[in-house]
Amino acid sequence: MNATTKTARVHRLTAAKVGRGLWSIVRGVIIAGICFTILQPLFVKLSVSFMSEKDLFDSAVKYIPKHFTLNNYKLALKGMDYWNSLLRTFLLSGGVALLQLASCMLVAYGFARFRFPFKKILFACVILMLIVPPQIIMLPLFMHFRFFDIFGVFKAVNGAPVSLLDTYWPFLIQAATCTGFKNGLFIYMLRQFFKGMPKELEEAAFVDGCTKLKTFIRIIIPSAVPMMVTIFLFGFVWQWMDSFYTSLYLKGTMVIPVALDSLSASVYSEYSNYGGSMNFISPGFISMMNNTGTILAMVPLVILYLVCQKYFVEGIERSGIVG
Amino acid sequence: MKKKGYFKRVQGKLRLTLLGREALAGIGFALPFLIGFFGLFLPMIVKSVSYSFSNMTVEKTGYVLTKAANNGFEHYIRALTIDPDFNRQLLQAILDMFTKVPLILIFSFFMANLLNQKFHGRAVARSILFLPVILTSGVVLGLESSDLLLTTRSPAEMTGTDFSTIMNVSGLLLEYTDLPASAINFLASAVNGIYSIIIASGVQILIFLAGLQSISPSLYEASSMEGATAWENFWKITFPMISPLILVNSIYSIIDSFTSETNAIMKDIKSTIFSEVKYGLGSAMAWIYFVCIGIILLVVGSLISRHVFYNDEQR
Repeated sequence: MNATTKTARVHRLTAAKVGRGLWSIVRGVIIAGICFTILQPLFVKLSVSFMSEKDLFDSAVKYIPKHFTLNNYKLALKGMDYWNSLLRTFLLSGGVALLQLASCMLVAYGFARFRFPFKKILFACVILMLIVPPQIIMLPLFMHFRFFDIFGVFKAVNGAPVSLLDTYWPFLIQAATCTGFKNGLFIYMLRQFFKGMPKELEEAAFVDGCTKLKTFIRIIIPSAVPMMVTIFLFGFVWQWMDSFYTSLYLKGTMVIPVALDSLSASVYSEYSNYGGSMNFISPGFISMMNNTGTILAMVPLVILYLVCQKYFVEGIERSGIVG
Repeated sequence: MKKKGYFKRVQGKLRLTLLGREALAGIGFALPFLIGFFGLFLPMIVKSVSYSFSNMTVEKTGYVLTKAANNGFEHYIRALTIDPDFNRQLLQAILDMFTKVPLILIFSFFMANLLNQKFHGRAVARSILFLPVILTSGVVLGLESSDLLLTTRSPAEMTGTDFSTIMNVSGLLLEYTDLPASAINFLASAVNGIYSIIIASGVQILIFLAGLQSISPSLYEASSMEGATAWENFWKITFPMISPLILVNSIYSIIDSFTSETNAIMKDIKSTIFSEVKYGLGSAMAWIYFVCIGIILLVVGSLISRHVFYNDEQR
């Protein structure tokens, strides 16, 4: 009797082990497959960017180009005016991300820690801002910044309202007032984070005579670094790739998303100036240019992501976004 | 809690109470948002409504609004009854949303559970899975979907055989099971569109993962001591604890699907306004669209929130 239970236990143990081993294999396959699905298009883009047009229509060529060329990069660098637009986009995205990080943190801290009248209604307004698609206020925003005026001041001085199009002011104004791209989401995430922080430190600082702003700067900011990096990264990246507001406000100024959007057309027009034989833009050529341009636009982001990655994952984990 | 005033009288002068000072500080911190909301966002909304009810002519120093025909409803009537594409695109966007959002939710919940387990190379898998949040947004998404060559090289359609496999499998399913054809179509479209689902579920995975890690391990310990299996643990602990996030995520996914740059109706509104220069019509279309989104959000939100479990003791 004793012996049979013993063998049964041994068997059950091995069965559990086998099950666990099988599960880890299945898990590995699933995760590898999904990672492949994410990475494969990136590899395709990379490999297409080194191909010449012949390779695209060659069915024997899949990933490794037969006619290796850097010509695409030359054309794309020129067509995008890459280094100048890179600098511009860097300044724009950095400025916007920093400004909106600062303003969203202040607002989120206000909502997380203090009681004030109409707080619930105002927070509902934050959520409302998240829900309203930007396309609804796109036209009024355009008109607002096209004929920009604060209480008629500019009209009195200049005789006419100022046009802020093709400047960075619309972006900076929106970032500073938390009405920019997905700022509602940032406020929400930061508020949840601040709510999860222990109150005791702030109370101690307050008892020791710190003002509320000083407490915020001295105590809250140092302990919120991973979350801040996350929000900064989100803001930076979404501004970097955003073609919605950039195509709205910047018509003549080349920044990366605008340049990327019009890349194949602008390179083509240069081609035809040379009296080239292309009467139409071939889809292969468009694809090559787009892929090369996308790679060029992504490289800075990948570097940034690799640098911030540790903070990013940590910040997400500690955000504790619960209901 | 006792209700206190914000002001008190000290020697005939009005002073702030402690509560009043707290309120002042709170408003001070929230000031950027208050300025933005009441100074920029709300006026824009009001203006957008007024645009949709009027015809606009742009001049050098500003623009002039004149009231549209039919009591101002001209643009709404035009969008709904005359415009050949608008209704179809609206319906298409809503249908797309209803097929995609459940898939995104299931997938991201599944992936968050996987990533929450311990295994070798978890950090690498996480960084790769969050890559789409960073890289495939905005302009790249638009370029990718319009790129003819890239779509033929995407994993799902790399070769003709893949597609025929899906067709064969769904044919077998049709023949040998009693599943309705619509369910099989749904499954086939899910398998075929796996790339777009993976790309769209980055933020949702993040939110679920954060939620899973905030569930206290002592709950699982206690239930395992009582003899619960992993399966029971999942349905009795994980699922109820994560249910508030299902609500958050479904609302986020619905908004994301409606406002993404690949959405045909969004492109249509933009081109109506800026390429065809029909300001009133574009605004009216945007508002019809937003009302639809609002109704769907309300219905879905109230349906899900009925089943959401809130663990109040924790707060």
